Amino acid sequence: MKPQINEHLNETIKEWWKGKRTPLEKAATRQGFGKGILQAAKKHKELFAITADLTGSTNLTAFKEAYPERFLNVGVAEQTLAGVAAGIASEGHTVVATSFATFNPGRNWDFVRTQIGINNQPVIIVGSHAGLATGPDGATHQALEDIALIRSLHNFTILNPLDETEAAKAIQEAVQQKKPTYLRLAREKLPTITNEKTPYKIGKGNWLVKGTQATIITTGITAYEALKAAKQLWEKEKTSVGVLHIGTIQPLDEKAIKEATKTNCVITVEDHNINGGLGSAVAEILAENAYRGTFKRLGTISYGQSGNYDELYKAYGLDANNQAKTIQKLLTKKTKLPTKTTRKKE
Amino acid sequence: MHKATHHFLTQKTQELRKEILKSIHEAGSGHPGGSLSIIDVLTVLYYNHLHHNPDNPQWSQRDRLILSAGHLCPALYTTLADQGYYPKADLMNLRKFGSKLQGHPENGKLPGIENTSGPLGQGYVYGVGKAIAAKRAGKDYRTFVITTDGEHDEGAVWEAAQLAAHHKLNNLCVIIDRNNVQIDGYTEEELSLGNLKNKYKTFGFKTIDIDGHNIHMINDALTYYDHHKLTQPFCIIAHTTLGKGVSYMQNNPIWHGKAPNEKELAAAIEELDKRQRQHQLKHHLKKKKVLK
Repeated sequence: MKPQINEHLNETIKEWWKGKRTPLEKAATRQGFGKGILQAAKKHKELFAITADLTGSTNLTAFKEAYPERFLNVGVAEQTLAGVAAGIASEGHTVVATSFATFNPGRNWDFVRTQIGINNQPVIIVGSHAGLATGPDGATHQALEDIALIRSLHNFTILNPLDETEAAKAIQEAVQQKKPTYLRLAREKLPTITNEKTPYKIGKGNWLVKGTQATIITTGITAYEALKAAKQLWEKEKTSVGVLHIGTIQPLDEKAIKEATKTNCVITVEDHNINGGLGSAVAEILAENAYRGTFKRLGTISYGQSGNYDELYKAYGLDANNQAKTIQKLLTKKTKLPTKTTRKKE
Repeated sequence: MHKATHHFLTQKTQELRKEILKSIHEAGSGHPGGSLSIIDVLTVLYYNHLHHNPDNPQWSQRDRLILSAGHLCPALYTTLADQGYYPKADLMNLRKFGSKLQGHPENGKLPGIENTSGPLGQGYVYGVGKAIAAKRAGKDYRTFVITTDGEHDEGAVWEAAQLAAHHKLNNLCVIIDRNNVQIDGYTEEELSLGNLKNKYKTFGFKTIDIDGHNIHMINDALTYYDHHKLTQPFCIIAHTTLGKGVSYMQNNPIWHGKAPNEKELAAAIEELDKRQRQHQLKHHLKKKKVLK
């Protein structure tokens, strides 16, 4: 059966899906964050934004200009970033604290765990430039472990938006809910998939495409490659593949994951290592629910390196071609579990 | 605010030392050495200088007391009980399963505890955050950060100190328990802090050193802070002795984190009792003008 694109996505991506050669608008999730936080600041007078010397890169320039009394730059000091965020939050504020994901929550994880987690403070840790998509800066700056770090902190909400529009919504909802939160952002400009009207709710997965033979479960910016893979599989192989975007990794939308398993062929894809991120979270659900279909996690299995987005995604198997190939392999693979027809007659 | 006298405070600090040691003994673990070195500072602060209200622990205008060296919590817990934040009997529940008196303090678990601490450096940074929040909101409360020399091995402390000085946080007072001891031995043998006073001055703090067991000096330093309009954060380096008041503990690194057994507790109590009686007698004789 033909895969069905979600009618609530933006017009350009729907036209692209249907085969039109419309140029896709591109933007980075960090840009969406920069816009969304301004909206949040208007509504929430108690909102503070602080950064560790990365005002421009984490798109806080406009916030700083509009609300200087609610902005702070602590310098290149990420432990201070998290600790001061918690201290300010404890005095009746909601605080957004930004840096690159390798340093925030990488470098300051103990502060994040203790001062924000154990204290249950309304602090939103923003880890920008996450994933291989960071590009030329190379391995030291490509956070491939940040989701895993925060998944181990049970009271953190983990948000990984797929495009600029969703990132703007994500930060506004995060500020509204006033809980310890990790928001993951990327450097790279990629096609916008959703629009203002696309429903968004923390904790709810979003079916970008409904398909019948396999499901790609994706999180964050790998959504575009997932859509390409699903489109390719239908156009070339007449294989109907759905794409489920998990914008909130914690708490996980278990209902949506279980729905995805109905195809009996599931892959996960993330710009993160295969251990501890989305793939592991989905594997846990599948194992606890006696899933009997085929399953594969796509993600990194080594540190990153310098390169551009396309070369890196291809080299590390996150691109549409590898996603499509993986699904084809799984579909031809026989499961080892006996079915009625393979069981020997007694 | 009740102004406690020198005599009262001298007696009180001996009494609180006994409570600290009983509490740690009952728990079977804890940090007596540093608790005994900081207790004089905490007692003077809570009786004579800190703006606070045990009947209203969340009073919005209270001064924020941040214990950054969380392992010194037996001293803080005992001080708070003495001030009336909760019953003294609770001190016997230190470190027990389900107790509000956790091994390292947690924000919100106990009235009077402002922050979660244990991992060194974190409280200091958190305190600077609170001081910044006060400035931005135009609030008058002061933030006192109780830290130790050993804690200054952590880079985060220096990050926070730089930030405090940069933002001229004159509403921040850092008090350092300088007892020269850390877990593995003496600070100057392990990782020398050099001239700590000069470091703080260079970092941009108004800095003084005092004898951390001299009630007069502690009072004077805090009175200075109460009444002077500074343009920079304030640092008091309180020179202390680990395990002060118990001769077998004094300056002995093994007492950083070890609970006294029955015999050891008894010996400590006897020594502290004796000292209290001596102080009492001296005071009495001074009053009678027999002694000057």
